[in-house]
Amino acid sequence: MGLLGFYLRKAYTLFKNQILVLPSRTAVLLFALALVCLPLFTRDPYLLRILIFTAIFAILAASWDLLSGFTGQMNFGHALFFGVGAYCTALLNLRLDFPPWISIPIGALGAVLTGLIVGIPCLRLRGTYLALTTLAFPIILMGVVFAIPDITGGELGISGIQRLSHSRVTDYYITTGLLLILGFVMWKITDSKTGILFHAIREDEVAVRASGINTTRYKLYAFCLSGFFAGIAGGLYAHIMRTAGPSTLEVALSFQIVIWAVFGGIVSIYGPVAGVFILYPLLEFLRILPKVRMLVFAFIVLLTLLYMPEGLIPWIRDHIEKECPRCKIRNVAFRKECRVCTARLD
Amino acid sequence: MIQNIIINGLINGSIYALLAIGFSLIFGVARIVNIAHTAFYMLAAYFIYVGFGYLGLSPYVAMPLAVLAVGLFAVICYKLFIDPIREHEAAVLIATIALAMVIQEALLIGFGGHYLGVPPLIKGYAEIVGVKVTYQHLLALAVALLALFGSWLFLMKTKPGLALRSTAQDREVANLMGINEARVAMLTMGISAMIAAIAGAIVVPLFVLDPHMWMHPLIMMLAIVVLGGLGSMKGSFVGAYIMAFAEVLVVFLVPMGSFLKGSVALSIMILVLLIRPEGLFGIAFEEER
Repeated sequence: MGLLGFYLRKAYTLFKNQILVLPSRTAVLLFALALVCLPLFTRDPYLLRILIFTAIFAILAASWDLLSGFTGQMNFGHALFFGVGAYCTALLNLRLDFPPWISIPIGALGAVLTGLIVGIPCLRLRGTYLALTTLAFPIILMGVVFAIPDITGGELGISGIQRLSHSRVTDYYITTGLLLILGFVMWKITDSKTGILFHAIREDEVAVRASGINTTRYKLYAFCLSGFFAGIAGGLYAHIMRTAGPSTLEVALSFQIVIWAVFGGIVSIYGPVAGVFILYPLLEFLRILPKVRMLVFAFIVLLTLLYMPEGLIPWIRDHIEKECPRCKIRNVAFRKECRVCTARLD
Repeated sequence: MIQNIIINGLINGSIYALLAIGFSLIFGVARIVNIAHTAFYMLAAYFIYVGFGYLGLSPYVAMPLAVLAVGLFAVICYKLFIDPIREHEAAVLIATIALAMVIQEALLIGFGGHYLGVPPLIKGYAEIVGVKVTYQHLLALAVALLALFGSWLFLMKTKPGLALRSTAQDREVANLMGINEARVAMLTMGISAMIAAIAGAIVVPLFVLDPHMWMHPLIMMLAIVVLGGLGSMKGSFVGAYIMAFAEVLVVFLVPMGSFLKGSVALSIMILVLLIRPEGLFGIAFEEER
């Protein structure tokens, strides 16, 4: 009993001192709670459907951030992983009758394999060369998909896939639950030793190599990790839509991912997630103006970037928190001195 | 068949070369990956359609006007949306994507998704070794080669061209030599858009116009620029013809070729990059820190 009390007190202290002290962490907690509690208040199928897709694309955008934001390997063809995940999952489900909870992880492994195949030629390239080369891969695969309609269904794609679950609320909980879990996992990865190496590779690859670290292996590792998470998003998408079509490989989707992530703010994981949660529902909401929908959307993105070129979330974060000049720990903006080392904050 | 391949390959190659040179130019000078580049090409085609179909202008007046208008439009867009966020590479990238989307959607609202066409400037055809080649195709080829030669002359033989090339080579040193880097970047934006607009003017009588026509050339252009080596004029030129002939050969010779044309051309690019990571004529830049 005493032990339980001890752990409870410890958990409470951690909660108070690690989460409630920073507005950004509180916001993340509130966001997670809101997502979990939402179906208690409304079961509107349209709203749930939008949020399901938002959650899937949020996983996708966060996985892009892991590769392109953290490791700096600009990927313009991220739809490749998404599409491969969707097609693999669809084929496994349809041809081999695998249930979703097996087909999605194996489909994601397919995306990991593509990550390896794509990563190996891309390792020799950097910067803009890399970005423009990765753009080519989904288009190559799309050509192949169209050329072998017997297996891939050609232009129509593969349809008749099993539903993810029997009710929409369950679908909602699976996708948002996965978003929260995978988002947390990705955030933890970026905070781990590997994540720090990813950071370092982006900042100065030569210096990392000079420190005796095999950067090639870490870059390949980043490709595979990112491919895995994106593949899961693709598999979920296939089971929710119940089709896997060539639209999952489109250039427009690759661009869309980049827009979401950069709008939200790269190198943060939560930035791209927030970006999707703002932009995707916004695009749906703009259906009230059907003709000028995309035009308004593009203008909103343009104007936001003009004032917040770092992205929306880092801009907000820098206004509600400040970094301690001495110990580099973040504090609420209204504090006069650092919460850890009591240095003066200006 | 062979003649078809040659004439189509040459025309497509010249158009890709024009696009790729403009793109290379703005990338080299200002380090901007301008996704909206082919949107300018599309915009020029639509301007000509409007000038020709609605305003009843002669095509010889409409085309130069359209080229100038696109150049001006590009400079305005650059000043409004790209210049203020120049230091943030990712933001610039998204800004150009958003700009291309704006142009596409504006055209979609203005003209609908229909396929539109402009009649050929000159009718009739010539017989070359027993094959009919329309005069329009020959004219397009001639204009394209002339435009390529013109851009080469401008870059190599004029003073602004020299300023442009030196800025591309080393921005800081060019600045120290008294070249106004900001103004050169703006000028380059206008010039590259105008070169793209010339390509647009060339394709107007040959292709159908629709608001998504910028996508395919965009991908090919990006592939060509990477294949030839970023910032290399010669590379863009050679790469453009390689890609265009690869595309045309696949379309004519392989079953289901029209689906595979992009795949084959892009696979060639990746193969070349595996052997030469800096492209055919690219210079391996020293790491910029």
